[in-house]
Amino acid sequence: MTTQSAQAPPPERLQEDFDATIAHDQRIEPRDWMPDGYRGTLVRQIAQHAHSEIIGMQPEGEWIGRAPSLRRKAILLAKVQDEAGHGLYLYSAAETLGTDRAELTQRLIEGRQKYSSIFNYPTLTFADVGVIGWLVDGAAICNQVPLCRSSYGPYARAMVRICKEESFHQRQGYELLMTMMRGTDAQREMVQDAVDRWWWPSLMMFGPPDDASPNSARSMAWKIKRHSNDELRRRFVDMTVPQAEKLGVTLPDPELRRNEQSGRYDFGTPDWDELTRVIKGDGPCNAERMRRRRSAHEDGAWVREAATAHAAKQAARARKEAAA
Amino acid sequence: MSDDHVYMTLAEGHEDDSRWAFGTGFEDPLHGVDTAVPEGVDAAALAADCVALADDALVLAQRLAEWITRAPELEEEVALANIGLDLLGQARLLYSRAGQTDGTGRDEDAYAYFRDPADFRNVRLAELPREDFAFAVTRLLVLSAWRLEHFRRLTAHPDPVLAAVAAKGVKELTYHRQYAAEWVVRLGDGTPESHRRTRTALDRVAPYLGELFTACDVREEVVAVLRQVTEAAGLPMPAYRPLPGSGRDGEHTEHLAPLLAELQSVARAHPEATW
Repeated sequence: MTTQSAQAPPPERLQEDFDATIAHDQRIEPRDWMPDGYRGTLVRQIAQHAHSEIIGMQPEGEWIGRAPSLRRKAILLAKVQDEAGHGLYLYSAAETLGTDRAELTQRLIEGRQKYSSIFNYPTLTFADVGVIGWLVDGAAICNQVPLCRSSYGPYARAMVRICKEESFHQRQGYELLMTMMRGTDAQREMVQDAVDRWWWPSLMMFGPPDDASPNSARSMAWKIKRHSNDELRRRFVDMTVPQAEKLGVTLPDPELRRNEQSGRYDFGTPDWDELTRVIKGDGPCNAERMRRRRSAHEDGAWVREAATAHAAKQAARARKEAAA
Repeated sequence: MSDDHVYMTLAEGHEDDSRWAFGTGFEDPLHGVDTAVPEGVDAAALAADCVALADDALVLAQRLAEWITRAPELEEEVALANIGLDLLGQARLLYSRAGQTDGTGRDEDAYAYFRDPADFRNVRLAELPREDFAFAVTRLLVLSAWRLEHFRRLTAHPDPVLAAVAAKGVKELTYHRQYAAEWVVRLGDGTPESHRRTRTALDRVAPYLGELFTACDVREEVVAVLRQVTEAAGLPMPAYRPLPGSGRDGEHTEHLAPLLAELQSVARAHPEATW
């Protein structure tokens, strides 16, 4: 290794090799040379994804204590636990790019990195748990399945595992809604109300429209990203409409109708000003989500310090024993 | 690989619901076990034992779930959720057994959601508020050490169902005890602050120890575990200052009612609903 790095190839050659790897749809691995912009884009995207998993535990986590059956309680607890696990794999993938979890957590807490704006909306009834599974996890799957073919190896591999688990979560959410729709009038009303509140924010999960998405083109050229925001959003609508019909709920968009020519669905325009406001920090729950994350981190500082101190003492005791 | 596959199949039928999320693929420990109450077993007493043990597990699981999104590290989020899931699983099996044997035919949710605080039989240590992480792991150490010894004895119970539930639980509780013991040692040995907090936690649990041994006399085994862990952690053994009363007789602290009010709120607001 050291002799090789002493005779490192010239930068043009490194760039050519990188470009060829991308062009041939092969994976970039942690030890490979990569342009700074590629590394920076990946760290930003993977960290944002990891933060979203962790912040995303909050809106649903609120309902673990109140889940109305022991089976639903176990399912929800397991789901939120999976999200913590996803955060762990993603922070590990980011660490392969040279940025550790503590640093990324600090950036989140200081508001220097973002998480998905969807988690800044409140969960008002237990039906929200089902709708988050169906629509929010569904939109996440549409976004994430193509990332299983992302050009960066550790990210792509983490996504394979995450997508498998997300698809369980989505089924679980849909099944909860199906059960509620077969229940009482009050339950059906709760489901429709939750769909009304979550539909447009779910469409916004695909990001701003293509002509207003500054980083998209470069990410697509690098094959970090595989489809445009608008294309993914359309796919999501196409897949979701029949599911809504089967469920018996109305999607709150008067412009939504099947286009007989294309066989796809035409739909209205999300309120992009709302998305901008929520991203900038003025969503209904931004402050609350950040406050919870920050206080968990700060309240846990003494625990992490104790674990570090104990490990150091143990190591010192082991050295002393070995020397004796 | 099809990008859309996982999504497209959503609206199709899924009869197999054994894997709703990773960790919920409950294996059925009662597979092939005869559920008839054996002759010579007092069915009412068996049901009462099952309810008490289920209440301990449910109430502690509820307290552990309060740590979700508040744990000091992501690994602890995962571990505490995992332990909570094991306990919920134990509670569900035990309530079901109670329903089969007490003559009411009630299901697990009837016990969890439609009984009042005075009908709960959990030990009071399980219901005390969440407090800090030192208290969480200290309480978990005591309760898992006690429950593990209790379950070990129950593996020889004449009721084959309770014995099977206990056998499954022994494996889970061995891990819970190990997890808690490791943290108590880390915190006791770590920094002056963590040491102080863990001492406080031991003082908080001490008054509730006596009640555990009245419910199941495994004092010797549990004290041996506590002695070993506190020694490794450089902490004093908790002193006994037994508090009168017992959760097993339906005598609770002021903390159980609010816990159950939250747990039962949605189910009771919609008693006709199915979930």
